[in-house]
Amino acid sequence: MKALLISVLLLTGQGAWAQSSASAPAPSLYDLHERLVDQDGASVGLDVYRGHRVLVTMFYSSCQATCPLIIDTLRAVERKLDAPQRDGLRVLLISFDPERDTPKALREVAESRHIDTRRWKLIHADEAAVRRIAAALDIQYRRLPSGEFNHATVISALGTGGQMVERSAVLGHADEALLRALGNP
Amino acid sequence: MALLLALLSGVAAVASGVVDVPISGAKFESVIPEAPGAKTTTIAPFRLDVALVSNADFARFVRAHPEWRRGSVAPLLADGGYLQHWASVSEPGKAVARKPVTQVSWFAASAYCEARGARLPRWHEWEMAAAASDTVPDARSDPAWRQRILEWYSTSARGVLPDAGASMANYYGVRDLHGVAWEWVLDVGSMMVSNDSREQGDPDLKRFCGTGALSLEQKDNYALMMRIAMLSSMKASYTSSSMGFRCATDVGARP
Repeated sequence: MKALLISVLLLTGQGAWAQSSASAPAPSLYDLHERLVDQDGASVGLDVYRGHRVLVTMFYSSCQATCPLIIDTLRAVERKLDAPQRDGLRVLLISFDPERDTPKALREVAESRHIDTRRWKLIHADEAAVRRIAAALDIQYRRLPSGEFNHATVISALGTGGQMVERSAVLGHADEALLRALGNP
Repeated sequence: MALLLALLSGVAAVASGVVDVPISGAKFESVIPEAPGAKTTTIAPFRLDVALVSNADFARFVRAHPEWRRGSVAPLLADGGYLQHWASVSEPGKAVARKPVTQVSWFAASAYCEARGARLPRWHEWEMAAAASDTVPDARSDPAWRQRILEWYSTSARGVLPDAGASMANYYGVRDLHGVAWEWVLDVGSMMVSNDSREQGDPDLKRFCGTGALSLEQKDNYALMMRIAMLSSMKASYTSSSMGFRCATDVGARP
């Protein structure tokens, strides 16, 4: 595929615009304005945790394999932080599945997994919002005819203004890169 | 002369207003099957723009939605190349007004279509519309037609973009699908996902996500492979001077 891509770029004479240099500030997720609903039925925006450091990821609750592991991984990151960092951290779990992951279904996930919803939110978004959020987080996903989703599992760390400062595809244990991003003010 | 005038006015109508055509639903054999082992993809009836969106069209949108001006748009939603070819933040300039708009991000293209009550076409919809020649709905097995499309890839880089809607209409009445520009699709974010990543056994990341493991049929269809390679290399904030878009709308409910 890479060779093919190179030939595409040569043939068209165009690449994508050169991405901003490393010194430019990371784009803020909060520039995406979406109306979302949390597990308690409250209307929230992506910036519901503005002012905090945030871990954000996408999942769907009927998934048997990954989703328990995503929650375990987020908890593993939390455990590695010192107490003040952990108290300041917030977590957003955004569902790919608007049909089945109603706020009520998400509430049940939160209860069965003993999630502290004062610091974590499980988010229901409509199909168009899911598509935009996944695009902003650069998470590839695909709804299968069975109603399941194939998706990349990516945990992003956000700065207090929503800047996407780090992303991790590590599952099962705390990624050092995420810890660094959360630990350094 | 009368014929020429008639042709020119027809093109102008395409370039200036929203003109779309209905496309019937069908079972379609895609290069990207929708599920493991699925031979065909069911496509619901939809409407598709006849032409690519022009710079003039996009300028009207930007004037009504100033948050999408060059310089105003958030870096999350469009990179630094966004509308850089325009004469000013709200005017493309005469030279490019009727050309297909390029250097727009997926977010910007999506917002344009949504403002019109439409959406970007899904990949399968685009692929089905683009499988048509001027005479038949699926010309993909016709070597002469394939050859004509491939020839574009060796010539398009050197020429300037033609006007939006100026190319020949296909079986459905749709223009600009080949030989003009790459096009954003609604589900560009699903193009690198394998059909069944759960088949992969080891307990690391790849078992769950399978990104990069796109499974493709009809690998001899080079024109489509190149398009998929281009699309899958683009993040939603990226812009390119060879990437434009058109809009689509649903007709009735999806099956």
